[in-house]
Amino acid sequence: MNMLAWTVYTSFAGVLALMLLPSARARDARKLALVIAVIGLFIGFAGAFQYAAARGTSPVKPENVVQTVAQQSWVPGLGINYFLAADGISIVLVLLTGLAAVVGILFSWNIDRRPKEFFAFYLALIGGVYGVFLSFDLFLLFVFYELAIIPKYFLIAIWGSTNREYGAMKLALYSFIGSAMVLVGIVAAYVVSGAKTMNLIELSHYPFPAGFQSWAFPLVFIGFAILAGLWPFHTWAPTGHVAAPTAASMLLAGVVMKLGAYGALRVAMTLFPLGLQAWSSTIALLAGIGIVYGAMVALVQKDFKFVIGYSSVSHMGFVLLGLMTLNSIGLSGAVLQMFSHGIIAGLLFGVVGRMVYDRTHTRDLPELQGMNLSRAIPFAAGTFAVAAFASMGLPGFSGFAAEMQVLIGAWYAFPTFTILAGLGILIGVTYTLRVLQLSFFSDAEPNSEAAAHALPPITVPERFGAAILIAATVIIGLFPGVLLNLIGPSFASPLFEQLRKVGAF
Amino acid sequence: MNGFPIISVLTFTPLVGAALLLGMDPDRKRLAGLLALGFSVLALFWAALLWLNFDSAAPGLQFIEQHDWVPAIGAEYKVGMDGLSLVMVLLTAIVVPIALLAASGIQDKTNIFLALVLMLQTGLFGTFTAQNFFHWFLFWELSLIPAFFLIKLWGGPNRGPAATQFFIYTMVGSVAMLLSFLAIYWATGSFDFARLSELGRNGEISSALYAKFGWYGLSKEKLALLIFAGVFLGFAVKVPVIPFHTWLPAAYSEAPTSVTMLLTGLMSKMGVYGLLRVLLPIFPVQIQFVLTPLLWLAVGTIVLSACAAFAQRDLKRIFAYSSINHLGYCLLGVFALAKLTGDEAPWNVEKSAALNGVILQMFNHGLTAPILFCFIGFLEQRSGGLRGLDDFGGLRKVAPVFCGLMGIALFASLGLPGLNGFVGEFLIFKGAFPLATWATALSVLGLLVTAIFLLTVLQRVFSGPVNNHWLRLPDLTIRERLIVLPAIALMFVIGICPQLVIGKINTTVMQVVAQLKF
Amino acid sequence: MSSPSYLGLLALVAPETLVVIGALMALAVDLLVMREQPMRARFWVSAAFAIFGCVAAAAWLMFLNPPSQSGISGLPLLPGMFVDDPLVRLVKVAILGLTILTLLLSTESSFTTHIGEYLALIMLATVGMMFLVSAQDILMIFIALELTSLSLYVLTAFNKRNVRSSEAALKYFLFGGMAAAFTLFGLSLIYGLAGSTGLREIAARLDSPSLDPLLVTALVLTAVGFGFKLAAAPFHLWAPDAYQGAPTPSAAFIASGSKVASFFVLARLMMVGFPHAAGSGAWHAYAPGWLPLFAILAVASMVLGNLTAIAQTSVKRLLAYSAIAHGGYALLGLLANGPQGIASLVYYVITYGLTVLGAFGIVGLVEEKAGDARLSDFAGFGRREPVLAFCMMIFMLSLAGIPPLAGFFGKFYLFTAAAAGAANLGLLWLVIFAIGASAVSLYYYLQVLKQIYVAPAPQGQGSLAAPMSTRVVLGLVALGVVLLGCMPDLIVGRVLAAMQFALAKG
Repeated sequence: MNMLAWTVYTSFAGVLALMLLPSARARDARKLALVIAVIGLFIGFAGAFQYAAARGTSPVKPENVVQTVAQQSWVPGLGINYFLAADGISIVLVLLTGLAAVVGILFSWNIDRRPKEFFAFYLALIGGVYGVFLSFDLFLLFVFYELAIIPKYFLIAIWGSTNREYGAMKLALYSFIGSAMVLVGIVAAYVVSGAKTMNLIELSHYPFPAGFQSWAFPLVFIGFAILAGLWPFHTWAPTGHVAAPTAASMLLAGVVMKLGAYGALRVAMTLFPLGLQAWSSTIALLAGIGIVYGAMVALVQKDFKFVIGYSSVSHMGFVLLGLMTLNSIGLSGAVLQMFSHGIIAGLLFGVVGRMVYDRTHTRDLPELQGMNLSRAIPFAAGTFAVAAFASMGLPGFSGFAAEMQVLIGAWYAFPTFTILAGLGILIGVTYTLRVLQLSFFSDAEPNSEAAAHALPPITVPERFGAAILIAATVIIGLFPGVLLNLIGPSFASPLFEQLRKVGAF
Repeated sequence: MNGFPIISVLTFTPLVGAALLLGMDPDRKRLAGLLALGFSVLALFWAALLWLNFDSAAPGLQFIEQHDWVPAIGAEYKVGMDGLSLVMVLLTAIVVPIALLAASGIQDKTNIFLALVLMLQTGLFGTFTAQNFFHWFLFWELSLIPAFFLIKLWGGPNRGPAATQFFIYTMVGSVAMLLSFLAIYWATGSFDFARLSELGRNGEISSALYAKFGWYGLSKEKLALLIFAGVFLGFAVKVPVIPFHTWLPAAYSEAPTSVTMLLTGLMSKMGVYGLLRVLLPIFPVQIQFVLTPLLWLAVGTIVLSACAAFAQRDLKRIFAYSSINHLGYCLLGVFALAKLTGDEAPWNVEKSAALNGVILQMFNHGLTAPILFCFIGFLEQRSGGLRGLDDFGGLRKVAPVFCGLMGIALFASLGLPGLNGFVGEFLIFKGAFPLATWATALSVLGLLVTAIFLLTVLQRVFSGPVNNHWLRLPDLTIRERLIVLPAIALMFVIGICPQLVIGKINTTVMQVVAQLKF
Repeated sequence: MSSPSYLGLLALVAPETLVVIGALMALAVDLLVMREQPMRARFWVSAAFAIFGCVAAAAWLMFLNPPSQSGISGLPLLPGMFVDDPLVRLVKVAILGLTILTLLLSTESSFTTHIGEYLALIMLATVGMMFLVSAQDILMIFIALELTSLSLYVLTAFNKRNVRSSEAALKYFLFGGMAAAFTLFGLSLIYGLAGSTGLREIAARLDSPSLDPLLVTALVLTAVGFGFKLAAAPFHLWAPDAYQGAPTPSAAFIASGSKVASFFVLARLMMVGFPHAAGSGAWHAYAPGWLPLFAILAVASMVLGNLTAIAQTSVKRLLAYSAIAHGGYALLGLLANGPQGIASLVYYVITYGLTVLGAFGIVGLVEEKAGDARLSDFAGFGRREPVLAFCMMIFMLSLAGIPPLAGFFGKFYLFTAAAAGAANLGLLWLVIFAIGASAVSLYYYLQVLKQIYVAPAPQGQGSLAAPMSTRVVLGLVALGVVLLGCMPDLIVGRVLAAMQFALAKG
């Protein structure tokens, strides 16, 4: 089980290697980055198999669910350890990160401005994200979480498009403020529990007083949920996504937003279950509003990327709703949705950013209408169609299985919000169809001037990237059991003992 | 059949064909056409095998295949076939090749068109044989995608809005249905249709729902009704039941001919099939509870659509509304079944008649309506896009074969005895009359109006003075005659000898009726 | 009274003596031998002597002559005048390290020809700091404080060609003189109250349940004086001008070394001398004392420092205001009033000193080339000097508190210690302020980094032509910041062990 830590190490080694690459060979930066990302992906898969083998199958013994990856004393005076471990949830998200990393590089194959630094920041972000998903020491988790903020800033500020400096700063500050809130909670929890240890599993057993939990929980949860796009703290997301270059948007929507949701689950919900109980309805309401609000705003956007940005807010609402259901189906659905939306968002941004914008240099839907894109770049049209249907939650794609589970769980916990979520799905269908029609399949007369310039064909790396993501969403859509077998038993581990007492497992 | 997974093979054969077509060179249209036809004929072969090997006397499902899929959410890959499924599968297998042959006018991106049609066929096969909700819903939704693209990319001038409306309407219904089923799953722990039917009959579904959902103090009955409403909405949009039908005329008229054939022949049957497979077994109590409004809806569908058809000037729209009308009879039959009658034997006879009628009507209309649209398509091709009621006249003199064959189809649609349309409608009326007298009586109105507008079509298009435009209108080519002749032949065969079909479905019908102990 | 054993005394203050000798040697060599040589050679030779003196002192502290068990000077006449225990040694080594780095960075400067004097003054300031750190007697504290301050005033004025340097020094001197007066007044009141100058005696004699108003006055006056020294708001007004006007090595030295010493001695003064007058700054349990007083200073520093820094266009002034803010954070360690507090404080000021030294080093290089160090002078720095830009990124991010750098762990440790410092999370309000202020600070640090990495380089600007020695030093400093961030136990472990020693002996 030690293998998984290498996902982190190889990423940072890649950063170092890229920094040392001589400027003359800058074009090779992308190849180096791809190699590192692929290695990370393979390690993720190998680690997943190792994990599954070590854990065994039904019935899964609770003590086998969390498996140690690395453990080292770090600052003994404060009880901080370098403790990496994995349970099913971590593994699923590590796999997502691996896939997103590889595909992001494929979609960034055409970066020719300062490629070394681009891929260095990119791999640093990936390394940080891997670290968060594998950390079981609260301090270490926070270190990796904060670490990821800076590469995001630079990726957007240097290589982004619309309003990039503003978008990057807004993203960085929102993230930092969110993590400041989390830090207050962590420090407080650490002190209240006797300032002995930062081990997540041990802290999860500590009986924090109910009064303490009632303010610590919303503080930490919202701190994380800002990054997850909880309404109304989501406003960084559309601006940030639009400003970011393609690969960064893919990572932002696909992986980084999941960091927030993961942190909310791993830290806030695990440590403060009584607080969770008190606040779950409120947060479920916010999540439900986010689902509908994100969908409604997406419906009226003129900028292609804004539509996808708001759709991310809407989909993440499902994750947060699922987390609040406090039953194993809903929670499993939330984690599955994290994976599924990560893949689908990657596809959507890949098409919008790389396939369309890099060629047409516009994201304005009325303009795109006149460009007859389904003829000019049919591969992109097909890919976007698949992505659109997956995003709608059509069965056969991963989104359906995830949303279905969340809805089942939500029926029990919040019947009214379930209806709200259903409404959100419907609005989702509408705006997705709208943007599908406007962008690729419009019936408008082709604008002869725009159509006169032939668009460059879809390159091989783009095809590869799209194929990988489509395969992932279809496979998980048809066989969600592959991931559910990892996720479901995770909730039986000692880590979630207190959470189980509060919920309806 | 010795465990050979014939249903799965049947279901996925067209999909394999679709995959091959997608990978083809788009310029080789003839090859694409042949390939598509080949695969659909292969599917027909499997369907025929199923028909021949189906044991008419055995109750329950046959050719069952069952595999665990996602145990965590109760999803199983479970397929099986009873009489109802058998008939629908055969219908699908027959209509799709005919539609493919009628698609010779498609010149643009032919291979994708044909691939989409085959994908649609897979979706249909899957829907008609699935026995677990997750499995069933997957195919139900998946059939939407090819239909959407078929309308959107090859349709008429207003295809964009038509396709969008079609998609969204269906999705609204589907989402409502999904939510309801998820609630049922949460309450009962199962997605299996057989198990849920059992629970539905014992009234345990509403108890289970009530036990798990204390929702705003809703009473047990109201809660169950709410869930029922969700599922009903899903099917109501698909059948369609007036007033959820507004997507249909646009979609049917904008779609290219062969797609309309599929829509009217097969996809509309998905709705009625759903009512029979899902709604009736699982929610008999709830249907019975709201029987009167439902019957009103059925009557409304029958009568209003016939009147609307009468008012149309576009031939395609006339027959679109006529489709709604014919399916309205199925609705009448289905709802009549749910009437509370106790366990007395005579009622069972009536109910069996009604149900036999419904299934037969599904098959017959599934055969007749596509052929009618096919004829309109031929007409449209020859006239360069015109298909108004008043655009033609006296074609009988110019193209006698065409008029003759189309006339046969028209009369079949009308319900002339000796042709297939009659038997289904007759059985429905016979069975429904004692069970829902006033509704049946009102529906006769629909029969009358249908007769009127169909004869009007006959008169305006075929008889009367010859319109000078069409003096040189070519008659049906050999190829076209070969396309329609098998269906026409079947119309006669089934009209004269309906026992061929009823024999296969009777056991199923009786079982269903017996289980509807009211 | 037995006559003091001068040999024993010499052994005790050997490190300081070595530093003084180094200072005198540097001065002598420069004045006598090197006058005619080119500046660079003069700098290097004199600095070599100075550095040698520092290294020797550090070596003595680290390896020779372990501290006596009693820890207090063996001179019964003057108890508490000079304390030598492992914690003190650690801090002295840190100060010497910072001095060495300052000396190395100053060798390539061109703002003055009085090289020997300059280096000697740096060394003398160091001596003052070392005595300051060892002092547990208010008289000794004041003397050492004055020695340090006077040296620093002159160091600020050293750039005779720049009028701003003189202005800065004058401001610093005037403010400092007044602050010294305040401090002296306060300390003398304390002497009057307690009748002794030794901190432990003072603590013993002033042990009473209620606060004597005179004691309050004394504490406030002392706090004012020290507040000035630490550049805590609202006594910070000299700092921005001093940092901006002073020659860069001086500014670096003021910001790093003197902060280490001042904070340490403040902590010692308050915690050892007035443990009973501490009061409480907890949210629901306010009690008058020096804790709430310094809490107010801390909040004022953090808020004012961060907010004003946002508006700055000169990087040097930005660093000055950020220094004020960081002073506020460091005060949290004092407010924790316990061993973890001291440990976090020591870790923080040492790593902060290192970081800011490096930052000033780079700022100095830019200033040499461009004449001033505004934000716009940093445009495109990432392309012109990739390695130095990367070092600057490390410094800026460490100051902002981004893991895995030293600044992050330092802040985390301070916050944790402060949160644990009062029962029932009483000081959490302060921690929340600090975390919030820290979050805001990311904005202006990112502004610097934005100029460095995002803004395009203006035409015609090439590399900085910085000397290799400076690059190496800055690289090592950056490496140190990263290392201390990833392995904080290097310092924290030692501090905690030293405090075990201190606690054990009582």
